[in-house]
Amino acid sequence: MLATAIIVFREVLEAALVVSIVLAAAKGVAGRGRWVTAGAALGVAGACLVAAFAGSIAGAVQGRGQDLLNAAILLTAVAMLGWHNVWMSRHGRELARDMKALGHDVAMGEKPLSVLMVVVMMAVLREGAEVVLFGYGIYAAGTGRDAMLAGGLAGLALGVAAGALLYKGLLRIPTRYLFTVTGWMVLLLAAGMAADAAGLLTQAGLLPAIRDGVWNSAWLLTEQSLPGRLLHILVGYTQRPSALQLLFYAATLAVIGGLMALVNRGENRRPARTEARDAR
Amino acid sequence: MTLKLNLGACGVLAALLGVVPAWAAPPASFDLVLRGQAFVPQTLTVPAGQTLTLMVDNQDALPAEFESGDLGREKVIPGGTRLPVVVGPLQPGRYSFFNDFHPASTGVLIAVPPKP
Repeated sequence: MLATAIIVFREVLEAALVVSIVLAAAKGVAGRGRWVTAGAALGVAGACLVAAFAGSIAGAVQGRGQDLLNAAILLTAVAMLGWHNVWMSRHGRELARDMKALGHDVAMGEKPLSVLMVVVMMAVLREGAEVVLFGYGIYAAGTGRDAMLAGGLAGLALGVAAGALLYKGLLRIPTRYLFTVTGWMVLLLAAGMAADAAGLLTQAGLLPAIRDGVWNSAWLLTEQSLPGRLLHILVGYTQRPSALQLLFYAATLAVIGGLMALVNRGENRRPARTEARDAR
Repeated sequence: MTLKLNLGACGVLAALLGVVPAWAAPPASFDLVLRGQAFVPQTLTVPAGQTLTLMVDNQDALPAEFESGDLGREKVIPGGTRLPVVVGPLQPGRYSFFNDFHPASTGVLIAVPPKP
C-alpha cells in the first residue's frame, strides 16, 4: 500500500503543483475556479482515454507514439504558459490595482482563462494517464486491490494537499508582488517543461542530444528524491541534462522573457491609456 | 518558443512522413526484457560513445515504466509491448535504471569504451 501511495503521490504532485501555480497566477479574476475545474475534469477524461488506448498509442509511429504525444502535450502547455505571461506583463499591474481598489475579484473578460484551462488539462492529462495505467494494471492483476485503492487514494490526497499548501503559501504574498512571483514561477515551469519535451524527442530518436550528460549532479541531488522531484517540477531540475535540453530551457526563457520585456516596455510608453482607465 | 515549436514540429512531421533524418539512422539495438517484475539481464554492457536503442520488452501483463535519472529517460511500457528507448552517446560508466511502477525492479547499464 505504501509503495502504491508513493508512486501515485509522485505522479499527482506534478499536476497539483502546476494547478496551484496557475490558480495563484489567476488570483482576483472572476470565474477562475470554474475554468480550472473544467481543465482538471477534461484532463481526467483525457487521462482515462490515453490510458485506455495506451497500447495503440505506445505502438504508433514505430514505438514513438507515447513520446510524441507527451512532447506535444508539454509544448502546448509551454506555449500557453508563455502566452499567459506575456498577457500578464501587459495587464498584470492593472489587474492588481483593480483588485486592490475593488477589494474583490474583477471580471477581466480579456484575461485568457481558457489558456490556463488548457495548461491544467495538459498537466492532469499527462500525469493522470500514468496513474490510471498503473492503477488499472494492478486492478486487472486481481491481487491486493483494496491495498492498491487505499494507497492510491492516500497518494492522491497527499499530492493534492501539497498543491493546496503551495497555493496557500502563494496567496500570502501581497497582491503587489504576487504576479511578479507567479510570473517567474510560470516562466521556470515552462522552461522545465520545454527541457522535458526535448528529452522525450531525443528518447524517441527524433532529435539529437547534441551532447548527452553535459553534467551529472546526481551526487548532489537525484530526481528520485523528494527535493529533487520538487525542483524538477518547479524549475526543471535535471540531474544529467543533455545539451539539447539546456538549449530548449534557455530558448524558452529567452523567448518568453524577451516577449514579456518587450510588451512591458510598450505598455510603459502608453501613459494615456492608463490614465483614461483611472478616470473611469 | 517559436524556435522550439518549429524544431518539435519538424521532428513530428518527419516522423509522420516516415522520413528518417540522417542523425536518426538506426542505432545499434540492445534488448532489455522485463519478466516476472525483473529486468533481464540485470546488467547490460553497451558501447560508449554512440547512440543506442534499448528495446524494452515488457513480457509481463502489468504495465511498467522504464525510468532512469542517470540516463534521463522515462517511458511507460504497457504489458506485452516492446518499445524503443534511444539513449546516448554515453560516456563510459554505470547508469542505473528501474521500473517506476515497481521501484524494487532495478538494473544497470554499463557503457564501456569500444575496442580500438
